[in-house]
Amino acid sequence: MTTPRPHAIELRDVTKTFGSVVANDRVSLAVRRGEILALLGENGSGKTTLMNMLSGIYYPDSGHILVDGREVTIRAPKDAFALGIGMIHQHFKLVDVLTAAENIVLGLSGGVRLDRKALAGRIREISAKYGFALEPDKKVYRMSVCEKQTVEIVKVLYRGADILILDEPTAVLTPQETDRLFAILRAMRADGKAIVIITHKLHEVLSVSDRVTILRKGRYIETVETARADVQSLTDGMVGRPMRLAISRVEAETKPLCGVRGLTVRHKDGHSVLEGVSFDLCGGEILGVAGVAGSGQQALCEALAGLEPGAQGRIVVGGVNIAGMNPGQILAAGVRIGFVPEDRLGVGLVGSLNIAENLLVRGYRKQRGIFLRRGPAKAQAGELIRWLAVNATGPGQRVSKLSGGNVQKVLLGRELMEAPQMIIAAYPVRGLDISASYTVYDLLQAQKAKGVGVLFVGEDLDVLLELCDRIMVLCGGRVSGIVDARTATKEEIGLMMTHAHRRTEAAP
Amino acid sequence: MIAEKRDPLVRMVRRENISPAQALFIRAAALVCALLTGGLMILALGHNPFAVYADMIIGSLGTRTVLAETIRLAIPLLITALAISLAFKMSFWNIGGEGQILFGAVAASYFALFWADTLPRAPLLLIMAIAGALAGGLAGLLPALCKAKWDTNETLFTLMMNYIALCYIKYLQNGPWKDARLRGFPKIAMFEDIAKLPKLLGVHVGWIIALALAALVYLYLHHTKHGYEITVVGESPRTAKYAGMNVGRVIVRTMFLSGMLCGLTGFIQVAGADYTLTDSTAGGVGFTAITVAWLSKLNPAIMVFVSFAIAMLKKGANKIQTTFKIPASAADVLTGVLLFFMLGCEFFLTYRLVLRGGKERLDG
Repeated sequence: MTTPRPHAIELRDVTKTFGSVVANDRVSLAVRRGEILALLGENGSGKTTLMNMLSGIYYPDSGHILVDGREVTIRAPKDAFALGIGMIHQHFKLVDVLTAAENIVLGLSGGVRLDRKALAGRIREISAKYGFALEPDKKVYRMSVCEKQTVEIVKVLYRGADILILDEPTAVLTPQETDRLFAILRAMRADGKAIVIITHKLHEVLSVSDRVTILRKGRYIETVETARADVQSLTDGMVGRPMRLAISRVEAETKPLCGVRGLTVRHKDGHSVLEGVSFDLCGGEILGVAGVAGSGQQALCEALAGLEPGAQGRIVVGGVNIAGMNPGQILAAGVRIGFVPEDRLGVGLVGSLNIAENLLVRGYRKQRGIFLRRGPAKAQAGELIRWLAVNATGPGQRVSKLSGGNVQKVLLGRELMEAPQMIIAAYPVRGLDISASYTVYDLLQAQKAKGVGVLFVGEDLDVLLELCDRIMVLCGGRVSGIVDARTATKEEIGLMMTHAHRRTEAAP
Repeated sequence: MIAEKRDPLVRMVRRENISPAQALFIRAAALVCALLTGGLMILALGHNPFAVYADMIIGSLGTRTVLAETIRLAIPLLITALAISLAFKMSFWNIGGEGQILFGAVAASYFALFWADTLPRAPLLLIMAIAGALAGGLAGLLPALCKAKWDTNETLFTLMMNYIALCYIKYLQNGPWKDARLRGFPKIAMFEDIAKLPKLLGVHVGWIIALALAALVYLYLHHTKHGYEITVVGESPRTAKYAGMNVGRVIVRTMFLSGMLCGLTGFIQVAGADYTLTDSTAGGVGFTAITVAWLSKLNPAIMVFVSFAIAMLKKGANKIQTTFKIPASAADVLTGVLLFFMLGCEFFLTYRLVLRGGKERLDG
């Protein structure tokens, strides 16, 4: 009998704690060469922490790491490089003003002189081998997100990595770009590399991986052959109990509410982040906003909420033009807009204040006199905690001590308690677990049924298609089309996200 | 398994929660370490550390006279720390306390020097106080307006204003306000008695003003709408905008108040402690108060005690200079050592270190 070939990487009983938080509790996993392993888990289940221990960013409290069957110690990223482990982080670590080639050799030891010709040749060789499209001499600041990711991948390959870890690589990609990335991953698998892909998107797991390791709340749950898994079984493993997965679209009567015409927002340096955006939003509908990250979603939301003082164009809500008004003026004009921003602790909430005091953000101006009365807000906070089942010790708990899902419940709850006519929700389920996400979808649908107009900025096209009535696609700050969510396909929207395709406006 | 496996020597681990008892223990340990290090330094200078420390305590608390002196040092520290905490709570880094004190002192001195024979005592002191507060407030207003309007850097702005104030006083000393009776000495005349603050229990009434202000600032920060706005603007200006707050107005208003308190300190210093205006009227109070404010975590109640403790340190350091002939610079180093440990222990309140082979406790 021959001994089986050792795994490229094996983790045994790895534990990592941050204070009293156990990020990884005796987690084990193994990946072979010529295999793609998906590491699946909800936000906060410890996937990234685990992989950061392989790349030398964190150091495990206990447990063993084996590379090719030999126990190793990875204390710093250079140890990981020496072992052939390369990680592609979710947030790219590139120098904008340098070229692709310069970024790739940055930090490598070598002579003073840079042999650009040989370097470019080697990069072209790697690109050709796996099917990358990369120009070695292009500066990083001129690249799209997808190209930057390619640089990151080529960078670790150039350094001789044969074990690749990709942290949520598809979060910033369009569906077409995702397909291309997966083709590359398959080519690398065929070349005998070991690949770990961190994700929480089930369709991607099913389409690209050979095996799936599931984590839940820092614990190892199971490893299954992808061929024997389906969406439902993976979700159940991730959540720990059977989940209802379909979003059933609520039907509601629509009435005209908000008209936006020629909305343009320019940065200080003059380039526009939003250019001539026009659309209508009805009461009783959910209008989805799709687009690659950074296509103007943030500027759109903040202009509608009154946080973009330089916004040009018209925003008419209930007959009042609120363009150019600040939030105080919008409120004074009798327009009630609820805003759930992308950056919850930067724009919506104050971390060091407690739940009751955070509710006062919306209500304190109505109080008379110079003193602040916390009493009514405390009662309201108690109500909110019961209503949305917020996991908190009480109205006096600091918001910074709450988990992401509970922070979102406080924010959303506060905005809904103000009985808005219109809700702007930017990535409202980002960082939330699946059941909390469904709570958010239900809350938004309930608002729609009440006749509220909802603008839903999302990243998961499957969710957008199921939840929304219409979807507006943004690309580079412009509207590339508005489609009916009942008839549109993911591919169609994906093409519109890169402007390759236009479609006439769907009627509200 | 294999010899290659080795842990790093020391690792930093963030604390999740810390019990009050643990925090107290860490602070006490820091104090002990500070005293030990300071003791070694004293030993190196050829003195008995115990005698020197005892002299510092007796020299700052031992008799009514020195206690009064210590309290007199604590008063400007406390009021200025209150002023600075208003700004710092708003994340507005006002390091111009020194200059705002001096501007206040100049305005108060103007009335003390030129209106003393025309006004009775009570209105004169009141006018001096108001003038001092307003002048300090205006000095605080300028960087705030520029910050609100053009987003200028308040740290540099307030710092530079310190030098303007200092140089202006030097000009007054050498020019228009020079005391003719001193035959060439560039000094400003001593105040008439009616321009001096009355005493209560051996110390000028500034101590009552300081304690009252501590209570008022506490109330203002924690129980008024203005205080709430300061917190929100300080931590999340965009949330403040979304709440409909006029961020610029909050900054300007708060900095006016902060400057007013500093200006009031200036008035109390010239009318209560120095009885004249010199270029050392502020004497570093504007900077030491920053330490007081941070050590107190911007809490006015704690500030009362911390400013007293720092005043003790300063008074004690003065005393050992005369008793043991320890040079002033060495006494300053001793003060620095103590502050270094007290501020440094904040690190151990947030992190703990795990040595190689040390077991990680899950209870934190």
